[in-house]
Amino acid sequence: MSKHLKQLIFVALCMFFGAGAAFAENIVIKGSTTVLPIAQTTLEAFMKANPGVNISLSGGGSGEGVKALIDKSTDIANSSREIKDKEIELAKSKGVNPVATVVAIDAIVPIVNPRNKVKNLNIDQLSQIYQGKITNWKEVGGDDLQIVVISRDSSSGTFEAWAEMVLNKAKVAPRAQMQASNGAIVQAVSKNRYALGYIGLGYINKSVKPLTVNGIEATLENAFSKTYPVSRPLYMYTNGKPTGQTAKYINFVLSPTGQKLVAKDGYVPVTGTTEAPKKGKK
Amino acid sequence: MSRRFREIIIKNIFAVFAVLSVLILGLIVIFLFREGLPIFREVSVSKFLFGNFWYPTYDPPEYGIWPLIVGSLLVTLFACLIAVPMGVLSAIYISEIAPASIKEILKSVIELLAGLPSVVLGFFGMVIVAPWLQETFDLPTGLNIVNASVMLAIMAIPTISSISEDALYAVPREYKEASYALGATKFETIVNISVPAALSGISTAVILGMARAIGETMVVLMVAGGAAAIPQSIFDSVRPMPASIAAEMGEAPYRSGHYHALFATGIVLFFITLAFNLVADYISNKFKEEGSGTL
Repeated sequence: MSKHLKQLIFVALCMFFGAGAAFAENIVIKGSTTVLPIAQTTLEAFMKANPGVNISLSGGGSGEGVKALIDKSTDIANSSREIKDKEIELAKSKGVNPVATVVAIDAIVPIVNPRNKVKNLNIDQLSQIYQGKITNWKEVGGDDLQIVVISRDSSSGTFEAWAEMVLNKAKVAPRAQMQASNGAIVQAVSKNRYALGYIGLGYINKSVKPLTVNGIEATLENAFSKTYPVSRPLYMYTNGKPTGQTAKYINFVLSPTGQKLVAKDGYVPVTGTTEAPKKGKK
Repeated sequence: MSRRFREIIIKNIFAVFAVLSVLILGLIVIFLFREGLPIFREVSVSKFLFGNFWYPTYDPPEYGIWPLIVGSLLVTLFACLIAVPMGVLSAIYISEIAPASIKEILKSVIELLAGLPSVVLGFFGMVIVAPWLQETFDLPTGLNIVNASVMLAIMAIPTISSISEDALYAVPREYKEASYALGATKFETIVNISVPAALSGISTAVILGMARAIGETMVVLMVAGGAAAIPQSIFDSVRPMPASIAAEMGEAPYRSGHYHALFATGIVLFFITLAFNLVADYISNKFKEEGSGTL
């Protein structure tokens, strides 16, 4: 019996170390939680196609990612904002040259129930509503109904973007409902004529009515041309032009397959602009 | 291999597995505390427990889980108001009144209810019950305390019913026979003999049902609405503790204040369910000697 056990341990050890040796090539990705889903889905597909590469991914926020890039403790820094001048200075002093690649565009759309007659809200009105200062639809041109504010949970990337671009970092009223996913918000809004929610552009379907913001419709073209106000590019930063497996991975993200995954995650693809806008007009 | 030797090996294998499961549980508790306690370097215990604002991702962050605790306790309380009468009464019917054929069907249906995945129940609450509640009572939202309580009650009923039924079944026959012999009716026997004799078991059932309800995550995440504020009516949204942990843990930066705060919320939840279990244990032990004196 003990002989069998020894053999078993030996085999297990072989497998363990063998596997370790096979995954020699490592890419480390850190940073924005907004970019996290993109990185997650694309790296899964990339690792499936390239079994020799091991990619480790962690969140922490854009700032963390850039910091790690400057420390050279990451190969790719995900960021939902442009790198700041101060950070560039710091990077240069450490011999790091941050190069940005835009991998997707994040557009967030306010949605209401199709029975709601409000068509447009401007940024200020949205901000007031989410802060709990406007509480009735009649104050923004709708029926005399209470507004049920639906938000994403405060740690989601969508929430973060909304808080930044609409609320300007002001606090969302505690009365706001929290839903754990874009899909759950669509579900809640589609069943509730009191509700106001916000979702990534990719999640809009017929059961809800997207609002225009400042009179501008949320479409892939408007998001891409930055005329739609609640949109922003998402970046992957590398030290110098990406090389080796890192370059291969980023190229994969930008490839049609990669961008399809980006769209599937609810973001606006950046490449293949001749194809993408057509999709938006549907 | 001699028989005695084999006996020893088998004994030891069982011992190893028993120790292993306790060990794993112990490690989980240690991990929970190791990850949760650091939050109290940033915020005092009383501020954490009784703070009114939960803004973990803002700068400066606020880690007050009082609205979350209130949310958890409220949905559990209302769930019990529904589940206890239904669970206990169905147990009484099954064990004391129902004829054998109906008894078997009812028992297995209730056990089936226990096997219903909570995500299915949550989906039902979100897609069917919430719009219905909203339309019927003309409410601003159907994702509220009432909805969550009803769904949690459905989850707690099988626990309460089956444990209560076991307790009623364990009441010695002689008690009931003595009651009938004294000329009591069936109803009088149930109310005055069976239920009081099984009371410790029924109480245990109720408390375990409550523990099940307060720890349930998926249902409250989907149907409680998730507003981190003290509710003003039973039709307001709340965010119970498990929902908050489940929704936010995925994106809380590792070892950040937010991460530790969520683990600390887990510790609070752990203590609440532990208290429930200790009370259940105490009750069932205290009345243990109560039993048949005949042979």
